[in-house]
Amino acid sequence: MNVIVTIFLILALLFFAIGTIGILRLPDFYSRLHATGKCDTLAATLALAAIALYNLHDFSFGTVLVSWKVLAIFCFLFMASPAATNAITKAAVIAGVEPWYKKQEVRK
Amino acid sequence: MKITSHEARERISHRDTILETTVRLMIPFIQLYGLYVIVHGHYSPGGGFQGGVVLGASLIMFALAFGLTASKNYMTESLNIIIANAGALIFTGIAALCALLGGMFLDYSVLANILPIDPISWRSHGIFLVEVGVGMGVMTIMISIYWDMASAGRLDEGL
Repeated sequence: MNVIVTIFLILALLFFAIGTIGILRLPDFYSRLHATGKCDTLAATLALAAIALYNLHDFSFGTVLVSWKVLAIFCFLFMASPAATNAITKAAVIAGVEPWYKKQEVRK
Repeated sequence: MKITSHEARERISHRDTILETTVRLMIPFIQLYGLYVIVHGHYSPGGGFQGGVVLGASLIMFALAFGLTASKNYMTESLNIIIANAGALIFTGIAALCALLGGMFLDYSVLANILPIDPISWRSHGIFLVEVGVGMGVMTIMISIYWDMASAGRLDEGL
């Protein structure tokens, strides 16, 4: 059980790191949102799954209840995070944020 | 291609199906969680203020997704003021009732003179009663602050 939990946590850390690098390195608003919107959802899912599994070390009513609550948080996050990303992107389009594109001519 | 806030308000007038559906799915669970936090306030983390903030956040989410006018039709201003004042009245009323019954201000154990339960358990239930009032007040003041700030005090469509 602990091996699975560790694997989940390492994967979650990996995806969080990818999202952070995406925020720092990508050029404009839309691509940064693209990096965080996907990576955060998946990484938080993995981290919550790791918590729920780790909590189930002994199978009793209390631990199952807590794991069930963590699962409810996961369902909530899985709905909320993509919808929030969609809403932020739509607001940026309405507000007229221009997307980045590769310049054709090289400036001196 | 920067545009003015007035133009943005013109463009944003149409409705967003994804956002509305998500909010409609999420609001019942947020409000259930807010009630859970209020009810469990006296023996676990949380309480009236935190639960009230969660309830107020659900109303603010409704206002963000459906527009300020729709949220004011859903929760009218007069109802908002009535609930806020009822919350404050519950808090101060119970506190003053304790003082009138011969105890200290907010000393719930003297409430056993009205309803004979064990004074120790009256302390627990008194905290619960007071926190219901705090939750009502905080919820309504949250949505009221949002209305005022989002529309710069004019309480029209705003943002």
